[in-house]
Amino acid sequence: MSIVEKFASMEYGPAPEDSKDARAWLEQHGRRFGHFIASKQHKPAAGEYFDTSDPATGEKLASVAQGSPADVNAAVKAASAALPKWQKIVPHARARYLYALARLVQKHARRLAVLETLDNGKPIRESRDIDIPLVARHFYHHAGWAQLLDQEFPGFAPCGVVGQIIPWNFPLLMLAWKIAPALAAGNTVVLKPAEFTPLTALAFAELCSEAGLPAGVVNIVTGDGSTGEALVKHPGVHNIAFTGSTVVGRAIRKATAESRKKLSLELGGKSPVIVFEDADLDSAVEGLVDGIWFNQGQVCCAGSRLLMQESIAEPLLAKVRARMATLRIGSPLDKAVDIGAIVAPVQLERIQRLVAQGVAEGATCWQPPTTLPAKGLFYPPTLLTGVHPTSIVAQQEIFGPVLAAMSFRTPAEAVELANNSVYGLAASVWSESVNVALHVAAQLKAGVVWVNSTNLFDAACGFGGYRESGYGREGGREGMLEYLEPVWFQKAPALPKTKAAKAAAGKVEKSGAPAIDRTVKLYIGGKQARPDSGYSMEVRDARGMLLGEAPLGNRKDVRNAVEAARKAGSWGKATAHNRSQVLFYIAENFSARAAEIAARLAAVTGKKQAEAEVRLGIERIFSYAAWADKFDGAVHNPPFRNISIAMNEPIGTMGIVCPVEAPLLGFLSLVMPAIACGNTVVAVPSEAYPLIAGDLYQVFDTSDLPGGVVNIVTGHAGELLKTLAEHADVDALWCFGDDALCATAKSLSASNLKQVFTNQGRAIDLFHVEQGEGRWYLEHATQVKNIWVPYGE
Amino acid sequence: MATREDRETGTLARRDDSAPEAIATLEGQPLGPNRGMPLNLDWVRAVRVNTSAVERRAQTLVTRRTVKKDWQAAWLLRAISCMDLTTLSGDDTEERVRRLCAKARRPLRQDLVERLGIAKLNLTVAAVCVYHTFVEAAVRALEGSGIRVAAVSTGFPAGLSPLAERVAEIRRSVEAGAHEIDIVITRAHVFGGNWQALYDEIAAFKQACGAAHMKAILGTGDLLTLRNVGRASVVAMMAGADFIKTSTGKEPTNATLPVGLVMTRAIRNYALETGMAVGFKPAGGIRTAKQSLEWLALIKEELGPSWLRAEMFRFGASGMLGDIERQLEHHATGRYSADFRHPLA
Repeated sequence: MSIVEKFASMEYGPAPEDSKDARAWLEQHGRRFGHFIASKQHKPAAGEYFDTSDPATGEKLASVAQGSPADVNAAVKAASAALPKWQKIVPHARARYLYALARLVQKHARRLAVLETLDNGKPIRESRDIDIPLVARHFYHHAGWAQLLDQEFPGFAPCGVVGQIIPWNFPLLMLAWKIAPALAAGNTVVLKPAEFTPLTALAFAELCSEAGLPAGVVNIVTGDGSTGEALVKHPGVHNIAFTGSTVVGRAIRKATAESRKKLSLELGGKSPVIVFEDADLDSAVEGLVDGIWFNQGQVCCAGSRLLMQESIAEPLLAKVRARMATLRIGSPLDKAVDIGAIVAPVQLERIQRLVAQGVAEGATCWQPPTTLPAKGLFYPPTLLTGVHPTSIVAQQEIFGPVLAAMSFRTPAEAVELANNSVYGLAASVWSESVNVALHVAAQLKAGVVWVNSTNLFDAACGFGGYRESGYGREGGREGMLEYLEPVWFQKAPALPKTKAAKAAAGKVEKSGAPAIDRTVKLYIGGKQARPDSGYSMEVRDARGMLLGEAPLGNRKDVRNAVEAARKAGSWGKATAHNRSQVLFYIAENFSARAAEIAARLAAVTGKKQAEAEVRLGIERIFSYAAWADKFDGAVHNPPFRNISIAMNEPIGTMGIVCPVEAPLLGFLSLVMPAIACGNTVVAVPSEAYPLIAGDLYQVFDTSDLPGGVVNIVTGHAGELLKTLAEHADVDALWCFGDDALCATAKSLSASNLKQVFTNQGRAIDLFHVEQGEGRWYLEHATQVKNIWVPYGE
Repeated sequence: MATREDRETGTLARRDDSAPEAIATLEGQPLGPNRGMPLNLDWVRAVRVNTSAVERRAQTLVTRRTVKKDWQAAWLLRAISCMDLTTLSGDDTEERVRRLCAKARRPLRQDLVERLGIAKLNLTVAAVCVYHTFVEAAVRALEGSGIRVAAVSTGFPAGLSPLAERVAEIRRSVEAGAHEIDIVITRAHVFGGNWQALYDEIAAFKQACGAAHMKAILGTGDLLTLRNVGRASVVAMMAGADFIKTSTGKEPTNATLPVGLVMTRAIRNYALETGMAVGFKPAGGIRTAKQSLEWLALIKEELGPSWLRAEMFRFGASGMLGDIERQLEHHATGRYSADFRHPLA
């Protein structure tokens, strides 16, 4: 074609990025890679390799080692060996290493970008302009955290060896999200990149060597799911960080239940994009392009559900279709391509299958008249209309360039539809009214909300989900906390196994006339309730003498209590000042009855402990009354014009299994921070002295605590825990008990991936303020929602 | 117009054959020239522009598209064909304008034309843009070339002389032979939300233009907010503007990509709503070949290929041509060029 013809056609023409340098690097390694363990190329013990290929062409790029348990073991050993020295060097030295890594990523930016595009199929524009710059930014930001570690996290220590498993959609970026904070906090790392996309992790390993990172601080083991499983189960790993599918996340939760491994999960999503009638519609369309047609829609926080206000639904869809027609699909190495290749055949099949099912269920499928490349794994941008919440394409994560559109009538309905999902990763809200946008943002169950924008990321801002999108945050201060633990917690001894109370004959003797029998009931929805079972459990004192009887709660009582707690959800929307007032009032009323409560408690704990529990208990209530309006969020500083608000939000309905050993103080130490933060609670008091419930609810009743905010179900902790842990409407579970109880809590919580906070079977000295109260508890009682509000006129 | 279209090959001519009245198409819909429409205040007030989102789109749009090699050469030639070669200085003289007109006729060195193999394009710029005083000189200098003469008018650049004088100014320029009139709006009407006054003013200008094409300069650097730009664009189109244009070149900031995005989106929405096509002219601050490619990509993305013609799109620029000439010489020879190797405008 001559220039004259091109002048007439005004087509873009090809604009290929040169992949010579990246290929030369592959050749340099003979297109065959071992693991990276203790700064050395490590041949796989079993001698097995697998191929990684370019999804746009099918070309085999390299053979990569298949990690066996032996390889994982070698890597964990290397990481363990490196740990003491790495933790001993000053934070400033770690900061220098991270800074060096940031610089090296920048110096090799283009090779890394090309390699990423070859291995993953994402457009070079994205790897060049988004992935790799964010990788560098993440290392810079965390070089800063490394430098400030002692000042900003006093009393905290790194977890130890961290096992990290990352997905294929942003291979090097996810590596940075995982490795940078782990190293900044002083951990050493074994990372397993995704099977489809191991190459940039191996290139990064070389940068670690170039930076002079001590051997064993970063280890990369390649392989498939079995390699990941070996890593998850390895006893030498103290912390598991996983990004990937909810199915695998659930399996990891179960697999780690019996260990003391700290766990963070960043899982799937079905994130809504909500467009109001007063939005800048043309910009909202670009938001959808950034939301669902970014990285072929293979993004955990992809804006895959479009919720449109009815009045603008048709014009908006017309604009969306017109925009889809201008998206360019083709070779990911072409600089002017918007949509590249789908990572693997299995993923392409999944997209095709789900779209077909959506259509079979009544959705209308629209795709622009674009021709796909003849070769390679491509899927066109797709719009599904006529979708209802019941449709599979409205519920399941497709992980492809497929947008499911629905309409709503009012802001309230928008929120309802948006939250009608098991996921809660991200959301995007489009409105020119700051009132509407922020009002809706506050109500969305999502860890990240972008106002008038989509898919913005920065190292300074926490990223992570609500509900089955996982727990833990990456980025910012909240992200650092995932790789740290209080020093005292690490040093706490194991709690002895709980023994069943021994029964002795007789009843505590009383002098004079027989006392009026004290009736303690369950406390549900602000009312005393008889147990469904009609049974009671005996409560005995330290000598085994019968003190009284407490109701024996069962699963139906738990069900009722959870329902009551859910109904009391407006507690979380009450002002913090209001919650603070109620807590102060609880302390006041408690104080008035301190002597009698202590006297009764003394029968079980002894006088000294009883008095201490009451005295410290009142203080503890005061502390959380104080905290209620002071546990502030933050405003982060991402590098562009924007306010990014990190809000500490209540998690929702919490189940709390209280420690046995301090019946009163244990209850207050766990329940008070939970309600101070706006959660509602179903508490199971100490099995040793459940009668404390009677004293507590009488105080609650007289202290303006709304019914349902605290519900108390007495009974056998093991049984009640099971119902709470499996209940889909319980958002978080706190369980303080022995190893076995904690393991049950963690394992059963996997059904809805509720957040679990346990003492990890350790003995926590609740009588000690450092261990018994403060930010650590508040952090577990809240989840951080990052709301991004770009501004400008 | 026909003579220009005849010179251009390919799809554009065919499209015009199939829909004789259409001057452009958008999303498959043929569009007629803008006849204006009654002022619709609901529409004007419903214009929403989110500044941050528009800036983000403008930033990423230019990283999403690029043209290389022969395609780049073709696009740069296209940029030349869409230029309003402009001189608007206090020291302009007739001779200066004639020199500009000579450059307008032969924007590229003949040897480059031959090396690029584009002789049959008979490449010229689209128009020469001057003050009223020089219209007649320009018309004479461009006779037979098909290059149009545009006059800035209506108290350019401030637009604050009495309305009757501004209207009379247009009439004088049209009588002097100007094919196109670049009018400036009263920015105060925008700040005051006085859309009726703005509409009436532009409609009066349009009437005075008669058959001459009217480009409405919004003075976007003065309007400051993108929302103002969006609303003023809509009012100007309703009042019958054939083109909307960003700037006089005399405001503190001139044509920026975010402003261009808001205006092209306004044109798109107006076209889809009314079936009428309005042209677009960014002016001022566009100095490099690279910028010209960015603007062309923006137009292609937002309005489609039908707008990539002088009938629908113009660059208001004076310095840009020099850089394009250097780039084209580099394309033809593989060696970087120098400005003194190309004839002055």
